[in-house]
Amino acid sequence: MRIKSTFKELKSRGEKALIAFITAGDPDVETTEKLVLEMEEKGADIIELGLPFSDPLADGPVIQKSSQRALKKGMNTSAFLEMISRLRQKTRVPLLVLTYYNLVFSYGEEKFITDAARAGIDGLVIPDLPLEESSSLQSLALQQGVDLIYLLTPTSTEERIRMTSERAQGFIYCVALTGVTGVRDNLSINAEEMVKRIKNYTPLPLALGFGISTPQQAGEAAAFCDGIIVGSGIVRMVEQLGESPGNLLREVGNYISSLKESTRETSSQVRP
Amino acid sequence: MYPDKFGHFEEFGGRYVPETLMPALEELAEKYEDLSREESFQRELNHYLQNYVGRPTPLYFAKALTEMVGGPKIYLKREDLTHTGAHKINNTLGQALLARRMGKERVIAETGAGQHGVAAATAAAMFGLKCEVYMGKEDMERQSLNVFRMNLLGARVNPVTSGSMTLKDATNEAIRDWVTNVQDTYYIIGSVVGPHPYPRMVRDFQAIIGREAREQFIKAEGKLPDCLVACVGGGSNAIGLFYPFMEDRKVDMIGVEAAGLGLNTDKHAATLTLGRPGVLHGSKSFLLQDSYGQVSPVHSISAGLDYPGVGPEHAFLKTNGRASYFSVTDGEALEAFQVLSQAEGIIPALESAHAFAHVIKNKENLTKYNSMIICLSGRGDKDVNTVAGALEKMKIAAECEVTLEGPVEVKR
Repeated sequence: MRIKSTFKELKSRGEKALIAFITAGDPDVETTEKLVLEMEEKGADIIELGLPFSDPLADGPVIQKSSQRALKKGMNTSAFLEMISRLRQKTRVPLLVLTYYNLVFSYGEEKFITDAARAGIDGLVIPDLPLEESSSLQSLALQQGVDLIYLLTPTSTEERIRMTSERAQGFIYCVALTGVTGVRDNLSINAEEMVKRIKNYTPLPLALGFGISTPQQAGEAAAFCDGIIVGSGIVRMVEQLGESPGNLLREVGNYISSLKESTRETSSQVRP
Repeated sequence: MYPDKFGHFEEFGGRYVPETLMPALEELAEKYEDLSREESFQRELNHYLQNYVGRPTPLYFAKALTEMVGGPKIYLKREDLTHTGAHKINNTLGQALLARRMGKERVIAETGAGQHGVAAATAAAMFGLKCEVYMGKEDMERQSLNVFRMNLLGARVNPVTSGSMTLKDATNEAIRDWVTNVQDTYYIIGSVVGPHPYPRMVRDFQAIIGREAREQFIKAEGKLPDCLVACVGGGSNAIGLFYPFMEDRKVDMIGVEAAGLGLNTDKHAATLTLGRPGVLHGSKSFLLQDSYGQVSPVHSISAGLDYPGVGPEHAFLKTNGRASYFSVTDGEALEAFQVLSQAEGIIPALESAHAFAHVIKNKENLTKYNSMIICLSGRGDKDVNTVAGALEKMKIAAECEVTLEGPVEVKR
């Protein structure tokens, strides 16, 4: 429910959601926890934490390498859930987990959803679990009050958008491009048209991700959707500054501020 | 009939891929369904299989091996005699033809040993398609000759440096390419793995192995064989041989996996023997993984079997008991490699050598069979350097004289 109320509150203020992604356990668990609090402080409205998988096939090189670093440091599903429990005591921001289906399947769908809900997870993003394979997990998630977040892409057909809209909870993760996660020079030109198409089918908030890293791209995207998702841009800072957590926190904090600022500007411009 | 329309073999199979690919998979499944019923498509495919691949391949009675094993009459299905030297071409031709019918001008493929990459590059060259192959950097070094062959055939080979730099990672990278270029690109998967419809489609293209073998065996012996044996990495040659015998309930089916340095080590690729259900590369099947579901590093001397997953239909056949799965070690495969070379004058691929090793190792238990067919899925020219190196290393040198340049000699 935190996700729903966050979007509602932002809407009433005429703002768009800034959703920030980092990989849990990169460079280490302690820094991840600090980063979450810092990002919340600097304006992130929702935080998405990657539970790293050995074979992240929807991710580009930046997040692949980050996953490898986190796994080497010993991140796993149990450590992840413990970290979420600790964070939940310190933050009210909605927390999402992004992971791949095998980790959920291996842990056991029911146990995973129960433990995630107990730890304080608000939503679940699983890029390799399409509609056709998600019904059992979805009903478990509904029972526990965890939102299963679906992804839609520029290649999604009208039929798939309609079916997804019927099932979706929380918000819809709109993938801005046909491709994997990563930093891109320009916002995909197909993104706006796709978001408009999806809007015809659902009243749920639409958040746009993949290839958004600069404040300018964030501003452009925020003009036509309800939230933006930034991942690789932050994770790249972790890669570069992971050795000096002080600098890392400061840089990420500044970056989040500038992203949030650009989404506010656009939001106020388009406010009627 | 399996799979169902969502690609499920009971609890296995399915489609676990990013949403970006779902419409493409739906389109592919539909198109394949149409074409598989279209006579002109089948005619065209058969034309190439006969005149380009050299089908039907012989079913050869291996007299010396039969005497050595001392039980069943052993027949070999000679996929090693196909153009490019392995069964992989049966599938790549079918899929390349499909790609062309779908109007795609670019094809991509993943490869481990390079056999599927070469077969994909071959089909692409013949049909005038642009071809890019993903191959782990480590495999490129192990199989440099195949890299050269692919380049000769006009394909570009992209080195993969992520993860373990082998087949699993090459497959990840091919999927990422497909997610990015799905509009104009066709992905030629090399085995009965991946999201629906691939496991079914690749099975159908490889089933020609079993259809021919069944007919040839009946012609030679006037009855069905008692047993079929094939190696299993992803499992395409095995499914290809097994599938046409599926309803012949008296025919036993045996798949042989790679036990690498041994099942009691962490260096093996015996997915069905030691794995548990999981999801990798788009389908649910057995998977070698740690207690949290992270995919385990695997090992086999044979690059084609060096894979932590296996086709979902094999998981299904293991679970319902229709087929049985065993494993043999690198050392046992190496021994069989030499035995077949000397007894029959056939140098088998290291992958296929696993099937022979199982039969040689278990000859006492196999006397209950009167006859069997072993799938000789590929020829071993590509492996001679690996074998020479391994023999030296494993100090089997006590029994044989090995030089990297010269032939392998086994003292009897």
